[in-house]
Amino acid sequence: KKTRDALGLSQLSGRNVDESLFEELEERLILADVGVKTTLELIDYLKKEAKRRKIKKSDELLELLKEKIKEMLRTCKGELNLNEKPSVILVLGVNGVGKTTTIGKLAKQLKDKEYSVVLAAADTFRAAAIEQLEVWAERAGVRIVKGQEGTDPAAVVYDAIQSIKAKGEDVLIVDTAGRLHNKERLMREIHKIKKVIGREFPGQPAEILLVLDANTGQNAISQAKAFKEITDVTGIALTKLDGTAKGGIVIAICNDLKVPIKFVGIGEKIEDLRKFDPEEFTEALFSE
Amino acid sequence: MFDALAERIQSTLEKFGRKGRIDKETLEKGLREIKLALLEADVNYKVVSNFISDIREKALGAEVVKGVNPAQQLVKIVHDELVEALGGEEAKLNLKNKPAVILLIGLQGSGKTTTAAKLANFLKKQGKKVLLTSADVYRPAAMLQLKKLGEKIGVPVFLEENEKDAVKISKDALKKTRDENYDVLIIDTAGRLHIDEELLEEARRIREETNPDEVLFVIDAMTGQEAVNIAKAFNDAVGMTGIILTKMDSDSRGGVALSVKGVTGKPIKFAGTGEKIEDFEQFYPDRVASRILGMGDVVSLVEKA
Ligand SMILES: Nc1nc2c(ncn2[C@@H]2O[C@H](COP(=O)(O)OP(=O)(O)OP(=O)(O)O)[C@@H](O)[C@H]2O)c(=O)[nH]1
Ligand SMILES: Nc1nc2c(ncn2[C@@H]2O[C@H](COP(=O)(O)OP(=O)(O)OP(=O)(O)O)[C@@H](O)[C@H]2O)c(=O)[nH]1
Ligand SMILES: [Mg+2]
Ligand SMILES: [Mg+2]
Repeated sequence: KKTRDALGLSQLSGRNVDESLFEELEERLILADVGVKTTLELIDYLKKEAKRRKIKKSDELLELLKEKIKEMLRTCKGELNLNEKPSVILVLGVNGVGKTTTIGKLAKQLKDKEYSVVLAAADTFRAAAIEQLEVWAERAGVRIVKGQEGTDPAAVVYDAIQSIKAKGEDVLIVDTAGRLHNKERLMREIHKIKKVIGREFPGQPAEILLVLDANTGQNAISQAKAFKEITDVTGIALTKLDGTAKGGIVIAICNDLKVPIKFVGIGEKIEDLRKFDPEEFTEALFSE
Repeated sequence: MFDALAERIQSTLEKFGRKGRIDKETLEKGLREIKLALLEADVNYKVVSNFISDIREKALGAEVVKGVNPAQQLVKIVHDELVEALGGEEAKLNLKNKPAVILLIGLQGSGKTTTAAKLANFLKKQGKKVLLTSADVYRPAAMLQLKKLGEKIGVPVFLEENEKDAVKISKDALKKTRDENYDVLIIDTAGRLHIDEELLEEARRIREETNPDEVLFVIDAMTGQEAVNIAKAFNDAVGMTGIILTKMDSDSRGGVALSVKGVTGKPIKFAGTGEKIEDFEQFYPDRVASRILGMGDVVSLVEKA
């Protein structure tokens, strides 16, 4: 049985508020991948509040920390925007984070809500990426539009758009190749895909989802920054939270970049996708 | 991020001044900066703490080299320690048996399948007769992915596409390797969590049945603090003989190298530096040490002095 090994902050219960407590808090936040900058900010905040409110016991301080994190994350809660018909969801991220899998899961959820969903296999680069998405389309019971491996991804997107225009479907989800955020040429390719979408459906894509892997350390901030700079990221999906990684980096990303976090991935199966819930996420950080 | 860090180390250097020796107070200030630098590079917190203790001892006893200020010397000590901690010299593949078997293990999406093809290509270029196989019976189109990569590099891929037993596939592949006189068999496996007992058991059984010369743990260079727990769990449950760090072409500072080497004691043998087959190289501890510290010049400066 998989268990989530959380921050273990409750082990700090019943202690006095002193320098060693702050040090241990610093250690635990960093171990949860909250990142150096945000951790130091949080510790500073706690030190100030402890002084101001004359907090003497660790429990009160931990409660304060929990509230602070929740408050931060609440500002980053967001819903998928599918108000237009059709709505296009463009899915981006670095290599291997879980884009294709997340698309399979999302397609199933939308299909279950009676949307007609189409997937565009615009990762024409990675070996068998198209076939992988095909399996997910089948599992979710939705249609897929694909081209040949090695062809222009924007052309596949164009074909997909023409075909949903003809059939009048509701949602198009576009899978893209993994791309590192520090590779300019690959990042520029996003513009081309986006332009094709916007030309055919003004105002679309309604959603540009950035997929981040919970195992990623502070590089996730760099990823979010770079993708946000190149395009209007509307939300984050944080995958692989079924491992032991706490994904604390989204706290830093929320704090620094204010990008809404919309989904969390908690496994490899089609039902393993949840809406991001700040309360639940924070409680998980603090529970045993 | 890179530049910011280099600057900060530089300013640490200035804080040290040119007093001619490293005294305790300035040392502690410098160590705090170095600790933060390592944490920002995603080296595990506990690994950093141990590392800093080692440095403290070394630095206090160190003789000051003429023409170098104490701060520069401290950074040099840190760098040398890092290189040492990362394994010193480059580590080579160790293939003794004929045929030799290489087993790749790791988390989901770390880069195992791509690395299997890169390794196959690397060995093929050395004149070895290589066979690839996929024991990934879970991920959609995983076998096809390896098959296509094999075709691209002209290395045969043994597949049992309808078989659901990863251990059986591995055994059958080994039989073919022997029967057809291949030099090396490379086994790609499904991504698995380090807390997934069932799948760890599967990997363990593949290992038992194929007796690999190398069990290589493949990990993403962008991994954060959990890397130590992940590597340790794989090492305890399956065992490993070496590590491959992928996605080093990212702008990650790669502190994970220190974490996984530190916790497992196993050598890092290769680095993946891109999506293409040829984006694959030896792991160079000195380069990665500089990268973790976000510097380069300081070390060569001290070396010249
Ligand atoms: N444990 C776990 N594994 C996941 C999750 N999401 C995806 N994966 C696995 O991660 C691996 C990579 O997933 P993909 O969906 O292929 O990732 P991708 O971002 O499309 O990869 P590229 O297209 O190669 O860049 C697969 O083995 C997935 O099964 C998750 O939430 N939890
Ligand atoms: N930029 C970059 N991408 C890499 C590197 N190695 C692998 N990748 C990419 O990372 C993604 C995942 O690689 P895979 O080889 O499918 O990973 P895997 O470990 O086999 O994944 P699972 O079988 O799902 O566990 C793909 O998009 C690869 O192209 C690398 O060194 N650099
Ligand atoms: Mg994909
Ligand atoms: Mg694979």
